[in-house]
Amino acid sequence: MAEYLPLFWQAMLLTLRIGWVGILGAIVLGLLVAMVVHFKVPVLRQIAGAYVELFRNTPLLIQLFFMYFALPRLGVPISAEACGMLGLALLGGAYMAESFRAGLEAVEPIQFESAQALGMTRWQLMRHVVLPQAVTLSIQSFVANVIFLLKETSVFSAISLLDLMFVAKDLIGLYYKTTECLVLLVIFYLIMILPVSILGSYVERRLRYGSFGPARA
Amino acid sequence: MDLLGLLGLDVLFKGANALRLLGGLWVAVRISLISVAASIVGGMLFGIFMTWKNPVARVVSRIYLEIVRIMPQLVLLFIVFFGGTRALGLNIDAELSAIIVFSFWGIGEMGDLVRGALESIPVHQYEAAEALGLDRAQMYRHVVIPQAVRRLIPMSINLVTRMIKTTSLVMMIGVVEVLKVGQQIIEANRMTSPNAVFGIYGTIFLLYFLACWPISKLGERLERKWAS
Repeated sequence: MAEYLPLFWQAMLLTLRIGWVGILGAIVLGLLVAMVVHFKVPVLRQIAGAYVELFRNTPLLIQLFFMYFALPRLGVPISAEACGMLGLALLGGAYMAESFRAGLEAVEPIQFESAQALGMTRWQLMRHVVLPQAVTLSIQSFVANVIFLLKETSVFSAISLLDLMFVAKDLIGLYYKTTECLVLLVIFYLIMILPVSILGSYVERRLRYGSFGPARA
Repeated sequence: MDLLGLLGLDVLFKGANALRLLGGLWVAVRISLISVAASIVGGMLFGIFMTWKNPVARVVSRIYLEIVRIMPQLVLLFIVFFGGTRALGLNIDAELSAIIVFSFWGIGEMGDLVRGALESIPVHQYEAAEALGLDRAQMYRHVVIPQAVRRLIPMSINLVTRMIKTTSLVMMIGVVEVLKVGQQIIEANRMTSPNAVFGIYGTIFLLYFLACWPISKLGERLERKWAS
């Protein structure tokens, strides 16, 4: 089993490299889209709405296929790795946008009004009053989304990225080392996702909304 | 080249291609329908099991839920499809593997939703029902279940759409479903319709969207309606 470790290790590093760029992109995109929807920016808002619905209601695999196989025919050559990052960012952006938007919506109107009454500018209001609350309100779905996106990286082998699934399938096919490969597969996904899950639960507990307001069911 | 050819939609009208694509979609729909049914029934039982105070029951359900939460569905598919044959000597075909994995996943998530819904009902509802002289069956029938279902349905609808989307993964263990059929059509028409990648993948993208979007909208509407 030890001889396969470097292969799996490399594969995990690749997944993590694509994963963190993709998830970072998803957070930025999600914030932008949530702002556009929340502040009802004309035209952009309709586009953002359509984007969220389209990407939330289709599987990542078909999105990747479309980008990886169809874009080059439009004269947009895209490497498998870039495709993975872009796909993850677009899929994640739609999910993150929903979670941030729900967080923004859940901040009571009285908070906006009080901040305005105190003479805060729009920026101060967002920075000191609304965002801290919106973030804590959406942290639970945010953590769930990060874990979901890390799990979704498992489909990358379909666009011939040498990720964990690809290595496992390859070794099973070549040497028939089924049990060993499946065990390593599980271990490496645990190494990748378990820390995020534990850290996520910790952050969730620390930022619980109940600490400065009524607990939510 | 005419417009259809330019968009790569012409292959859809060649031979039985459109029908084959729909046939592939049916395989995906069949897998999700069976798994959803198994998840609803199994999830109800598992949810009730999770409300037990028994420490063993708690540990077992905790481990089960963590597996479902952390392991990608594709890993589970590999374990059942490749590992099942190896470890148990059973010949589990790809479609059955998919149904087993999706049901395993669905029962876990559904069970957690059922548990949440049951626990969300305040104790005074039970006490008030008892005070009114309702027996246990009446209490569940008239008080607990109607309230639990209102919390449960919107969230389980979300699970159904996720399950439909996840069926796209089964092509990776060799089930010939809509994506695989699409690939085959693209391959077979590489020379005559080089733009088929657009038409075929675009069509499949749309098919998934048309399958999931109305269901998501229904879930959102029910959630809003019952939120108050």
